[in-house]
Amino acid sequence: MIDVGPRIHDYAIVGDARSAALISLGGSLDWLCWPRFDSPSLFAAILDAEAGGCFTIAPVGEFRSERWYAPDTNVLCTRFSSAAGEVLLTDFMPATEEAERRRLLWPERELLRLVECTRGETELEIRFEPKPAYAREQCSIVDAGALGLRMNCRDGLLVLRTQARLKPSGAGATARLRVRAGDRLDFSLAFATRDIAVLPPLGEACREKLDRTLRYWQTWASRTTYDGPYRAEVVRSALAVKLLAFAPSGAIVAAPTTSLPERPGGDLNWDYRFCWLRDASLTARALFGLGHRDEAQAFVAWLLNATSRSWPELQVLYDVYGRHPPEEYELPHLRGHRGARPVRVGNAAARQVQLDLYGEVIGAVLYLVRNGGSLDRGTQKELIGLGKLVCERWGEPDQGIWEVRGERRHFTHSRVLCWATLDGLLELHDLNHLKAPVAQFAENRALIREEVERLGYSEQLGSYTRTLGGFDVDSSLLLLPWYEYTGAASPRMRGTFACIHRELYAGEGLYRRYRGRWTRGEGAFGICSFWAAEYLAMGGGSLDQADAQLRALFRHANDVGLYGEEILPGSREALGNFPQAYTHVGLINAALTLEERATGHPSVAEPQPPQAAQQGEAYP
Amino acid sequence: MTPNWGSWLLSGFAATLVLTTIEAGSQQARLTRMSIPYLLGSMVTAGREKAKWFGFLIHLVNGEIFALLYIALFHYWGGAGVWRGLLLGLGHAAVMLLVVVPLLPSIHPRMASQEQGPTVTRQLEPPGPLALHYGPSTPLFAILGHAAYGVILGVLYRLPAS
Repeated sequence: MIDVGPRIHDYAIVGDARSAALISLGGSLDWLCWPRFDSPSLFAAILDAEAGGCFTIAPVGEFRSERWYAPDTNVLCTRFSSAAGEVLLTDFMPATEEAERRRLLWPERELLRLVECTRGETELEIRFEPKPAYAREQCSIVDAGALGLRMNCRDGLLVLRTQARLKPSGAGATARLRVRAGDRLDFSLAFATRDIAVLPPLGEACREKLDRTLRYWQTWASRTTYDGPYRAEVVRSALAVKLLAFAPSGAIVAAPTTSLPERPGGDLNWDYRFCWLRDASLTARALFGLGHRDEAQAFVAWLLNATSRSWPELQVLYDVYGRHPPEEYELPHLRGHRGARPVRVGNAAARQVQLDLYGEVIGAVLYLVRNGGSLDRGTQKELIGLGKLVCERWGEPDQGIWEVRGERRHFTHSRVLCWATLDGLLELHDLNHLKAPVAQFAENRALIREEVERLGYSEQLGSYTRTLGGFDVDSSLLLLPWYEYTGAASPRMRGTFACIHRELYAGEGLYRRYRGRWTRGEGAFGICSFWAAEYLAMGGGSLDQADAQLRALFRHANDVGLYGEEILPGSREALGNFPQAYTHVGLINAALTLEERATGHPSVAEPQPPQAAQQGEAYP
Repeated sequence: MTPNWGSWLLSGFAATLVLTTIEAGSQQARLTRMSIPYLLGSMVTAGREKAKWFGFLIHLVNGEIFALLYIALFHYWGGAGVWRGLLLGLGHAAVMLLVVVPLLPSIHPRMASQEQGPTVTRQLEPPGPLALHYGPSTPLFAILGHAAYGVILGVLYRLPAS
């Protein structure tokens, strides 16, 4: 393991709902893929501190740094302090409403880094070292004078404009300069793929973009209807999820990064810049529950569009446009995050079989319908087709929610999600949203339940089991009440929670996903830990227990409220790709369920027949 | 000399469409970032998508107007044809690359100048010599597009029977 470079939780994210950048506590932009989340990187120092490429703005010598997001925004502020002076660095990608964006002459992509010396005097070091195409493409920087530093690469033109005089040398440019109280420097990094580039002006125009961006995020955050005791954490999570949504299609990527290790220095390194179906209903519930209907409807519309392409089979994941993701391959020239090889791009899980996905899609549609949406004839037919396929295949083994590579198994969670598929379709039928073959669906639903209760529950353990006939547990079983398969307070679920707590609890509110060959050395899963909080809130425990669990998990967020996929027990260190939409969705749902229990008011409307929901749009 | 108006409209439209297709194709294949519709449309609006749409319409009209110049020369020479069209197309490309492109920053209301850089109103990247700022292949596709434009006019335009 190479012990250099910032750790995962040292990063914060800025973005524009199309792409995202990760910036370290030390002021280094170490990850940026333009023009899209899944484009090849321009900066990848997070995966190789030396060869990956970075854009650093930091004081020379010893300094302290602290950072925060401007309230209710995705504008990142970092303060560097030393005895001699203090500098404020403000990082953001300009954002505004889509309609306004279409009227403005803005670069295709832009990231602004605004420097202001607020006290004394500080010497700053600037290192601008873009390395396009995951540091595989050799490009040089050209100083075009007033037009900025230009780098022409295969994917487009990268331009850096600033008042600072950077000296180009080969593929990079550097500068050392002294700033005094009141001095301001702007760094505008812009990218053009296909069109003539827009070169943004500096100075006042940057402040105007900052004001516009602050207004945009604050207005968006103010639409969050949740007003419970965890509003700050919920809004931060909502802002993080919004950053991971791809605005042109409504898709939500699991995380903006690839190959951040799930165990320190290990090889559990995957590309998460795609959209998984396994958390579709959880995501739909979170967005609808927070009152972000536009994002929720766009997400479900993307989901229906993507799944219609592979119908009736469902893929585990899709790209932001609903296409098959690229083949997985390794980048051996990158040393990996703190030495964790290999670095992978693309994702082979796309070819796996997961039968739980069908339940997720139907669950997301149920949330749409519960919020006034309706289904057109084509969508109705497709959904019924999913149900028929589940009737044929529910007895088959699959790779399960955790995408276990290797031999397929009969996972209890997958079986229950098959049950949820048919149960959801029958509910949609009862609500007159579609005409399902009731007898076939009801019969199979009953058969699945009979099998799960017979083989998916161990009397000896007193718990539902990870696999049918198995003798171990899995945190995903905490979701059984969520899918309304069983009540949270039922004796079997209480026994299951007790068993999961006994087997998988890692202390400080954290739960592991399961124990197996693939999980050795990995951390506790953030989402599983939030599922535990939600399970308690649903009736598996008291309100106080749920509140304590949730508050314990808040302590594992990094300094700006972000979570990765996993947390290393005992160290509070984030592991895995970062930040992780799935974990933030878990936080939101747990908070919503707790609020529902505390107030007695559902955050998502009760199901309505289409006649009563005429205001809703048809999908897709 | 009275032009064959119907033939002018038809051949001018076809030639402009092919020129636009070559430009758009090379742009989508990422061989150049040059976009004449965007350049023209951004003279009247700042919005990127709207500018491309306006620019496309302006480009079609421009194509017909330029076709009149070609046709005037065809009449002067007493006939059209592939070689005459090609010659005019290459000449057209040379004038665009060597004369019009360097003038663009001074006539385009939203284009930055090489010397002063961008301002609040002028932010579009200037083309640079031979439009090379828009990619090293830009002159090649500009020549190819205009040559095709000339050839199509030369082939399709029918001089009126005297």
